Amino acid sequence: MTDLLTPTFIAAFIIACLAGTVPLMLASIGETVGEQSGVLNLGIEGMMLMGAYFGYVVALTTHSTWLGMLGGLLAGAITSLVLLVLNVWLGLNQIVLGIAITAAGGGITTVLYDQIYSKTSPRIPTDNWKVPGLSDIPVVGHSLFSQPAMFWVSLLLAVIIAWFLVRTNWGLSIRAAGQKPSSLDAAGGSVMRTRSQAVLLGGMLSGLGGAYLSVLATNAFTPFMTNGLGYIAIVVTMLSRGKILRVVIVSLLYGLTIAVGTVLQLTSLDVPTDLITMLPYIVVMIVLLIFGRDVNNSPVLGAPYTRGAR
Amino acid sequence: MSASPTLAPAAGVISLSGITKAFPGVIANDDISLDILNGQVHCLLGENGAGKSTLISILAGMQFPDSGSIAIDGVPVTIGSPKAAMKFGIGVVHQHSTLVPSLTVLENLMLGEGGLMLKEKRAASRLEELSGLLGASIDPNILASDLALGQQQQVEIAKAMWTGSRLLILDEPTSMLTPSAIESLGESMSRLKAEGLGIVFITHKLREAYTMGDCVTVLRGGRKVGELTPERMKSLTEAEAQAEILRAMFGDDLAAAGSIESAAELAGATEAAPEASRVDVTGRPVRLQVAGVTSVGKSMDVSVTDISFSIHEGEIFGIAGIDGHGQAGLAEVLSGQRAIASGTISLEGADITRLGVRSRQEKGVRYVTDDRLHEGTVGNLSVAINLLLKRIGMAPFWRFGQINKTAVNDEAKRLITQYTIRTPSPSTRVGTLSGGNIQKVLLARELGHGARVVVVNKPTYGLDLKSVRLVHDLLRAFAADGGCVVLISTELDELIELSDRIGVISRGSIVGTVQNDGGPDVAERVGHYMIGGRAHDND
Ligand SMILES: Nc1ncnc2c1ncn2[C@@H]1O[C@H](COP(=O)(O)OP(=O)(O)OP(=O)(O)O)[C@@H](O)[C@H]1O
Ligand SMILES: [Mg+2]
Repeated sequence: MTDLLTPTFIAAFIIACLAGTVPLMLASIGETVGEQSGVLNLGIEGMMLMGAYFGYVVALTTHSTWLGMLGGLLAGAITSLVLLVLNVWLGLNQIVLGIAITAAGGGITTVLYDQIYSKTSPRIPTDNWKVPGLSDIPVVGHSLFSQPAMFWVSLLLAVIIAWFLVRTNWGLSIRAAGQKPSSLDAAGGSVMRTRSQAVLLGGMLSGLGGAYLSVLATNAFTPFMTNGLGYIAIVVTMLSRGKILRVVIVSLLYGLTIAVGTVLQLTSLDVPTDLITMLPYIVVMIVLLIFGRDVNNSPVLGAPYTRGAR
Repeated sequence: MSASPTLAPAAGVISLSGITKAFPGVIANDDISLDILNGQVHCLLGENGAGKSTLISILAGMQFPDSGSIAIDGVPVTIGSPKAAMKFGIGVVHQHSTLVPSLTVLENLMLGEGGLMLKEKRAASRLEELSGLLGASIDPNILASDLALGQQQQVEIAKAMWTGSRLLILDEPTSMLTPSAIESLGESMSRLKAEGLGIVFITHKLREAYTMGDCVTVLRGGRKVGELTPERMKSLTEAEAQAEILRAMFGDDLAAAGSIESAAELAGATEAAPEASRVDVTGRPVRLQVAGVTSVGKSMDVSVTDISFSIHEGEIFGIAGIDGHGQAGLAEVLSGQRAIASGTISLEGADITRLGVRSRQEKGVRYVTDDRLHEGTVGNLSVAINLLLKRIGMAPFWRFGQINKTAVNDEAKRLITQYTIRTPSPSTRVGTLSGGNIQKVLLARELGHGARVVVVNKPTYGLDLKSVRLVHDLLRAFAADGGCVVLISTELDELIELSDRIGVISRGSIVGTVQNDGGPDVAERVGHYMIGGRAHDND
């Protein structure tokens, strides 16, 4: 057991934890923005896969992880246009659309990958940024302070979006659109525009989360690699009730269980692998049971808004 | 006013011409034309469902007319959205709250503003300035859902005054306000009028229309059926004006109901006085006994502390007080919706303190909430189902788990006629009815089928004069048959007219009880306790 506490081991644990946390955190923040505005994005899994695949393709062809991130972001944004046009503008059912987007995202990326890359399965070289000064510290220096630069950008994004939601007119409009769209409308705001922006931003962040997963966390794309992460993001969002800080904390908790699972697999302990793969889901479900009772999310979630209807 | 005299005839006018708007099954506005002049208070009157709110929501950009046109200062305009209305300087207080319950007062006020940052300081100072005018002090950081409905209304008025730079539209702004708040509103309206704003004012109280309004337009069944020009208004006495308005409002129905005397009575022009034939109920058995009841704290509004009273068979017990002083708490405690920390409630000698809502209902305790849209009705269900909501699953309306459509519809039709609910059909969604008609659905549901004690919270707010009369008659008849009524109201006239005794609630406690003996000083005595309650607030 003592070999578990070696510096290399702890560093590996931290790396695994953060790699599990960030994609989920980004996607959940995106979902939060959407749900706060009253749009339930069930297509997030598909958007993440699109982001993961196209982020991977762009990173491979341009040899730049940054451009890869941008590619993933754009892929997510473009996918979210489906939801934006068909639901926000035309009022089609959000659940049906979400499921369709998830199915299509998985299908398209798998077909393209199988056609182009399945023979060679190229990998993307790691591209970590050593925080000057801090990366020399033992243990955390090689893990926490040698993350991809995008890791820090993601944290910054979380802070910025949290701030926007609470402190700006835009954030206020988003929250009102999800709580009582008719009030936003009567106050001279535009429910349509507000929700469109929220959906688009949600798509971008989901795409970014997917690209982080493929390009930075695993250095490769595999079909259906999100493996239900999008649905976990929906749960995290429901749990967090619009509070970005909670999104970050719950995502971190998820990342921890992923890392624990990885560690358990490496030890000589005889833990069934099925149990290990189930662990993150079990933890999320327990948290849901404990804190999920007083959910106070958008009461009009999923309902398209029509002015003057009553 | 205007630099060019040629513009003068059209300047300062918003003209509606030939406005028509139909909804499934009703023509809400039928070829309505009217001019709204700057510097005037234009009253829009009409019975429930006459089409008043529809007309103003067209002006507010919330609805778009099927035909007809709007011109501002002679220039034809399209008001395609609420935002466009605001650009034209039109500020609106809608009949039903447009505040977002989960946002704070301040956030509600800032909603819809441009610019990146929330300007909290500016909003707070403007709120302070406006609440001074309205005679209200409202904590800007409290959630809108924690405000009493009267306070919510004041926040909305403040918000509309903010955006309305040329026209202010107030759809029943006084329905939830205390007399002193109504007075402050009247003063603010006069000042805005003097500054050259136009004001459209909707009310069901003719006295308010006469004292606050310069001219009147009367709607009936979606049509414009009468108007009083400012000159004509000035030339008429209050009683004459009321008679003329009532004739237009109710037309033949009124003629059928009786003479103009009854019209004056309808309008509440005569002094409020208790029924002459009031029987002494003190000798009768006690039906409802409340002893030392204190509720479990809840942020909604003031909770109740140590309330005791008993009500005899056939008695109407009035509860007076400023809105938000525990009225909702008391009603919920009685209906079983709110848990109590101590005290007992007994019905006909049997302890019902621990019974839930459903069991109390079965024993005949009914509650008519003042929150008709959210708590009271299910907007997406039909009028018929809403009328029978409390009898779901019961015979003869449900048999073996199956709804018996004919029985439900027959009962619904009976209630619709009895309560004169204006609805295209029993299957119309209740959410589409006019405000007053939704209130009638609620009353019709709760007052019937084996009720023994009814708790009514502001039962007549938003009702037209005839419906107010109807509800009063129903409550009186209910009491005459031995039923018990707890009548919570902010309108002193209503309390004096109906109650046997009036308890005054302040800060969640009953601070005094007045026997309504028909004496001339009843109002004064009630008022004394209310002020006493408020003086208490300050120490
Ligand atoms: N959005 C809507 N959908 C369907 N019907 C509607 C809608 N809005 C109004 N109506 C109908 O139009 C008619 C007029 O309603 P409106 O709300 O204008 O009446 P009102 O004069 O304001 O009555 P009240 O005094 O009760 O508020 C009613 O019969 C109502 O059922
Ligand atoms: Mg109305």
